[in-house]
Amino acid sequence: MDFTEDQILRYSRHILLPEVGGDGQEKILNAKVVLVGAGGLGSPVGYYLAAAGVGTIGVIDNDRVEISNLQRQIAHNTSRLGVLKADSAKETYETLNHDVKVVTHKERLTSQNIKNIIKDYDIVVDGSDNFPTRYLVNDACVMLKKTLVSAAVFRFEGQVMTIFPGEGPCYRCLFEVPPPPGMVPSCQEAGILGVVTGVIGTIQATEVIKAILGIGHPLKGKLLLWNALDMSFRTVKVPRNKECPVCGEHPTIKELIDYEQFCSMSH
Amino acid sequence: MADEIKIDKSLDIKGQVCPYTFVRSKLAIEKMDLGQVLEIITDHKPASENVPRSMENEGQKVLKIEQTAEKEWRIFVRKDKEKQKK
Repeated sequence: MDFTEDQILRYSRHILLPEVGGDGQEKILNAKVVLVGAGGLGSPVGYYLAAAGVGTIGVIDNDRVEISNLQRQIAHNTSRLGVLKADSAKETYETLNHDVKVVTHKERLTSQNIKNIIKDYDIVVDGSDNFPTRYLVNDACVMLKKTLVSAAVFRFEGQVMTIFPGEGPCYRCLFEVPPPPGMVPSCQEAGILGVVTGVIGTIQATEVIKAILGIGHPLKGKLLLWNALDMSFRTVKVPRNKECPVCGEHPTIKELIDYEQFCSMSH
Repeated sequence: MADEIKIDKSLDIKGQVCPYTFVRSKLAIEKMDLGQVLEIITDHKPASENVPRSMENEGQKVLKIEQTAEKEWRIFVRKDKEKQKK
């Protein structure tokens, strides 16, 4: 493709990189990435992907912006209180970069709609805040063979793993089934240092861009753990599980599952 | 003695400064075939040093750099390498 004058300037710092160049930037502009959630994680992921020039960014979210979100959800702002997060994120990302087309999916993911929503994207980014969605997204990505950049945050910690179905382990290879309701603090009630979502989301965005370009070493078969208080990074090897119920040799999960949404924290 | 070198494409980047001198040169050579020669014309002295160095760093062959006027340099680069991989 021929870049416009603005594009040559906008993406010049990418083009300079030997691993990116003009053809790498073209791959980024042609990429289609979908974000599950436009919250703490999805906000910075989308922000950096929009800045990088990812041509199509899907945003799946049916919540509205609340003031308690703004301590960490940087795609939104005070003037957008009450606005659907998907619309708010679209405004933020498209204003940053007119090369980016944001497609909003203002619905909650279920076993019924997920495949249809994610099928047209190359890469899925999980920024959800609950286990039912996390497992639903994992299983759907395995079934459709979509690259999935999965992450989670909790208080001062975060974790990231990139799932290449058929090549490396999936989330169920690591944790076969969701924890039972009551075992974990769920919903957003556990507290989160806002900046932790920025660090982990930015690592997810890095994994997405590496996957688009086919460069470097992804977090395939590796779970990255980061602790903000210790400022420590650890990487734990995760093997594929031959007995994995969804991506193993004899999968038992052939249909998507809607686990019950729960919130175990007492108020 | 540029006439000894067969030029496949000429790129005039006069008026451009770093890093856009190299950005534009790189975009031009990416679109060329292996073995082809790109002539880059610049009026920016630092570019007459930086662009060849960057081209070499990316695996291309700088055949010649010559000053053709008080403020004009011509850089001849042969494409020796397709996109660098990881």
